[in-house]
Amino acid sequence: MAERDDKDRPSPEALLEQVNREHRGRLKIFLGAAPGVGKTYAMLRTAQFRRREGVDIVAGVVETHGRRETEAFLRGLESIPRQKIEYRGLHFEEMDLDAILRRRPKLVLVDELAHTNVPGSRHPKRHQDVTELLDAGIDVYSTLNIQHLESLNDVIARIAGIQVRETVPDSVLQKADEIEVIDLPPQELMQRLSEGKVYIPDQARRAMQNFFSPGNLTALRELALRYAAERVDEQMLSYMRAHAIPGPWPTRERIMVCIGTDAVAFRLVRTGKRASERRQAPWVVVYVETSHHQTLPDEVKDQISAALRLAEQLGAETAVLSGEDVIHEILTAARQRNVSQIIVGKSHRPAWTRLFRSTVTDALLSRGQTFDVLVITSDETPTTPKSMAAAAARRATAVPWKDYLFALEAAGAALGVAFLGDTVFGFSNLVLIFMAAVLITGIRGGLIPSLVVSLISFLAYTYFFKEPRYTLLIYNSQEIFEFAAFLAAAVVTGHYAAGVRRREQATKQSARRTATLYDFSRKIAGAGVLDDVLWAVVHHVASTIQGRALVLMRKEAGMEIVAGYPPEDQLDTVSAAAANWAWNHGKTAGRGSGTLPGAEWLFLPLRTARGPVGVLGVAMQGPDKLLSPEQTRLLDALAGQAAVAIERTNLVSDYEQQRVLAETERLRAALLSSISHDLRTPLVAITGSVTSLLSYWKTFDDNTRRELLQTIVDEAERLNRFVQNLLDMTRLGSGALQPRLDWAEIQDIIGSALERLKKHISKRPLDLDIEPGLPLLHLDFVLITQVMINILDNACKYSPAGSRITISARSAGRRVMVAVTDDGPGIPENERERVFDMFYRVKTTGQQTMGTGLGLAICRGIVEAHGGTVSASSGPLGRGTVITIGLPITDAPPLPAHLDDPPPDEPHPPAEPHPPAEPHPPAEPQPPAAGDGAAAPALEPTR
Amino acid sequence: MGKLAKKTILVVDDEPQIRKFLRISLGAHHHTVIEAATGGEAVALASQEAPDLIILDLSLPDLDGHEALSRLRECCRAAIIVLTVRTGEADKIEALDRGADDYVTKPFGIGELMTRIEIALQHRAAAGRAPSHEFRTAGLVVDLDSHRVTRDNHDIPLTPREFETLRLLVCHAGKVLTHQQILREIWGPAHINETQYLRVHIGKLRKKLEPEPARPRFIITEPAVGYRFKPADEA
Repeated sequence: MAERDDKDRPSPEALLEQVNREHRGRLKIFLGAAPGVGKTYAMLRTAQFRRREGVDIVAGVVETHGRRETEAFLRGLESIPRQKIEYRGLHFEEMDLDAILRRRPKLVLVDELAHTNVPGSRHPKRHQDVTELLDAGIDVYSTLNIQHLESLNDVIARIAGIQVRETVPDSVLQKADEIEVIDLPPQELMQRLSEGKVYIPDQARRAMQNFFSPGNLTALRELALRYAAERVDEQMLSYMRAHAIPGPWPTRERIMVCIGTDAVAFRLVRTGKRASERRQAPWVVVYVETSHHQTLPDEVKDQISAALRLAEQLGAETAVLSGEDVIHEILTAARQRNVSQIIVGKSHRPAWTRLFRSTVTDALLSRGQTFDVLVITSDETPTTPKSMAAAAARRATAVPWKDYLFALEAAGAALGVAFLGDTVFGFSNLVLIFMAAVLITGIRGGLIPSLVVSLISFLAYTYFFKEPRYTLLIYNSQEIFEFAAFLAAAVVTGHYAAGVRRREQATKQSARRTATLYDFSRKIAGAGVLDDVLWAVVHHVASTIQGRALVLMRKEAGMEIVAGYPPEDQLDTVSAAAANWAWNHGKTAGRGSGTLPGAEWLFLPLRTARGPVGVLGVAMQGPDKLLSPEQTRLLDALAGQAAVAIERTNLVSDYEQQRVLAETERLRAALLSSISHDLRTPLVAITGSVTSLLSYWKTFDDNTRRELLQTIVDEAERLNRFVQNLLDMTRLGSGALQPRLDWAEIQDIIGSALERLKKHISKRPLDLDIEPGLPLLHLDFVLITQVMINILDNACKYSPAGSRITISARSAGRRVMVAVTDDGPGIPENERERVFDMFYRVKTTGQQTMGTGLGLAICRGIVEAHGGTVSASSGPLGRGTVITIGLPITDAPPLPAHLDDPPPDEPHPPAEPHPPAEPHPPAEPQPPAAGDGAAAPALEPTR
Repeated sequence: MGKLAKKTILVVDDEPQIRKFLRISLGAHHHTVIEAATGGEAVALASQEAPDLIILDLSLPDLDGHEALSRLRECCRAAIIVLTVRTGEADKIEALDRGADDYVTKPFGIGELMTRIEIALQHRAAAGRAPSHEFRTAGLVVDLDSHRVTRDNHDIPLTPREFETLRLLVCHAGKVLTHQQILREIWGPAHINETQYLRVHIGKLRKKLEPEPARPRFIITEPAVGYRFKPADEA
């Protein structure tokens, strides 16, 4: 490529700056966090290396403060004598700038860059001298403490409480070609200080001693390191620009922000964000959850989760670590993530507690030596939100009343026992009784109640039992010791008991979580269909988070609510968008998350290994409530289980659909084979007969012709029956076959069927056994006749010609049972139910199958449409087949009293519309005709 | 029922194959056959030719079958037999209500059709004459004047309403009577939907008349349509 992109071309400014730099002297600054870290020492040592390399070096000004090892490094170095300046009658020594310029060494050492020159010098500030030296093309080594940097002046003032007057503009430092940070851990510096290795001017000694606190030193050290790091990046950028290397150049930096329970967490997160932006470094925000976490007030937990969410929103990776050793967890995570800098908040713990336990900050600084640690302070009070403090206070007063009561009781009881022991038994060591009370209270009620008891006990013991009695005066050191012992016992047991309690609560919490999950899995495992599962999910989730819950699934039109507790049908636009996003990206979206955090609902994707199945939405009760990390984790677990359960039911319903499809497919195949066989067979016979007649009319005798013609008629009828069956079946299948119910006698139906089948059945001996007095049935005459025809037709087909067929009808309870018995081979028991299936034909050996496999299926369809039953069984002697249909008896229709009254030349009472339950008034009473009553008792009108 | 004189029969069907088969069969019985393929054509031919009988297919390309039936009924006095499919019970009833004399269910044998034609022609011919006094068939004698009914010379006692029903049936022997027609005649117009009266009533009548009530030979049920009195000599 001949042309390079503009972006990649070295910028003119960058080149100019570099050219200037090449003519100027080079400035190297040894940057320290505080006095005494060894800047001068480091500078001299480097100078000695350079000298041995043959570089022309002079010492412009070097302050050894009489330290011998520093002075040792000065040997062999040429020193430019300082010039003497008189000011207000005093003599001062300053660096002789002109002498150095005249001498023109390659490199000059100028200690204390921030030094202010005595008035009368050429420049008021030493860094101005340095600039002149650099301009003259002389390289300069100089030293600087970070607190002297102009821009950090106010920060330093805030951290250390010291206003630094000698400052150096940032531009000087920015112009430095090289910065070397002289780093010394605060502890070592403190040690050096105590060993007197740090020079401090006498007049500033008091102030400086305050300055040298570990916190200050840590902060200053961090500032120095950070500054140096920024410089490194700047240099890199400038190098990249000059050499047109496309960025970003990967830095292996990674920032970890550790947040705690205090409100500085938000500030920490924001600081982390700024740091990561500045350095284009990835960052992670961690919170270490100890067993203590469970006992925190909800407000604090909410605050932690809010801070974590803020971090996510700002692009951080977040992690909740769990463990008891906070420092260990942080450092382990930091190493795993290749973290270069750890940002922590300054502890607000009261100073005295540090006697017992170091703060996280201190511990991190001492144990995390490979990491840069940035400590952020907060101007805010330790627990900022007032409501939170108030809530915490409420909690503090509300909960342990019982414990304090117990403390008082314990103290009272101890006092009582002590009185008894003193007066009755004459115990001498009464203090042990009180000690027991302290211990018991400590175990039972924790730290504060046990301290209360120890105080009361001590006072009571001193007042009542210690000579001189009834006075609180303390006479000797033994009593002080006793009091101390009380306190120590109280603190130790109370502290220990509190720890035990915390762990117990943590265990309980964890057990509750497990129980919740177990309960949930049991509930949804029991739910068979999707709706039940969904309901169980939303109900359980809603009650777990004490809010609302719903499940959305993908439908044709997009995401739709399929379940909600309490029921919900509509989502606002933002929430709907969040639900969609959660579905599409398989990530949490909505309220408090990284995506659409303003939504009312929070949506968790329901995913299984096979893909997303839906979205779980939750909404907390209050407007500002967010999920705690605990709840989030529980929800994640619930969502996982719910997804699996939903998928399980989906699979079941998929399977069911497959089964139905397969069944439909089987029927379709059977139908096709049936049509091709049953339609074609009669057509073959008809075509064959007709073509024979046409071709051989003359050669056939009359009998042959008649036989062939009869075949044609029979086959045509068979074809007609088949078509009728197909039509009936189709109408049954499509639900178009609605029985047209009317009153009918079963005997009439049997008669009609026999009439229709007379051609076949007249050759058979037939037994008709119809119970007299059967009630009228409410049914579709045509359809039930068709049923009888099909059954009788089957009976003829599947029994030997000329064998007996029996038809019986009798009432059984609320049904009339009609049975048709043939004398054929019967149906094997295991096939008796299947004969009513469509296209099912009993396999018979050596016998022609003539049926279509539709007849009995139609029977069942029709009878069941009437609310009846149909079944197959074997004949009375184990031979033949009995097909029985049971038809329901409806309440007998009203019969008029005048059924047999004289014919209608007389006027009839108008009876439209006709009330069916009421018999018609008799026009003329007339005795019933003989035989009527006996023949049909069930039909007689009730009077 | 002996051979009838040569009659003019109008066949209305849009299927040429069916018209052809009817033309051949009816011609063999020495009837004159005229054909119409549409309802409009049929109405024109009926008023022009004044046929004795019309065979009308209810599914026509131009007119609704019942509409055609009503128009034919208006323009001529011919007996009308409709052709229907078996599941069309409602069609049959409506056709009979609109003045059809009888119906034949498709597919049908020529023997069945000829019987219906002959009965319909007989009833048309008898319409003008004075009613007969006695009806005899297969051992059953119904004396319409004395209201006396005997089978094989045994008296059969009937209630007045049973006798009226029997009289109605035998007067239309061979012809179908719908439930509504019978109910209207015997119980009056207010009761034409009380089929349960009729079911019970016919049941009782059969028990008295029929040698084998479960397989009646005189009073035949036409499923969902009505009843038909079947004279003994009918095939």
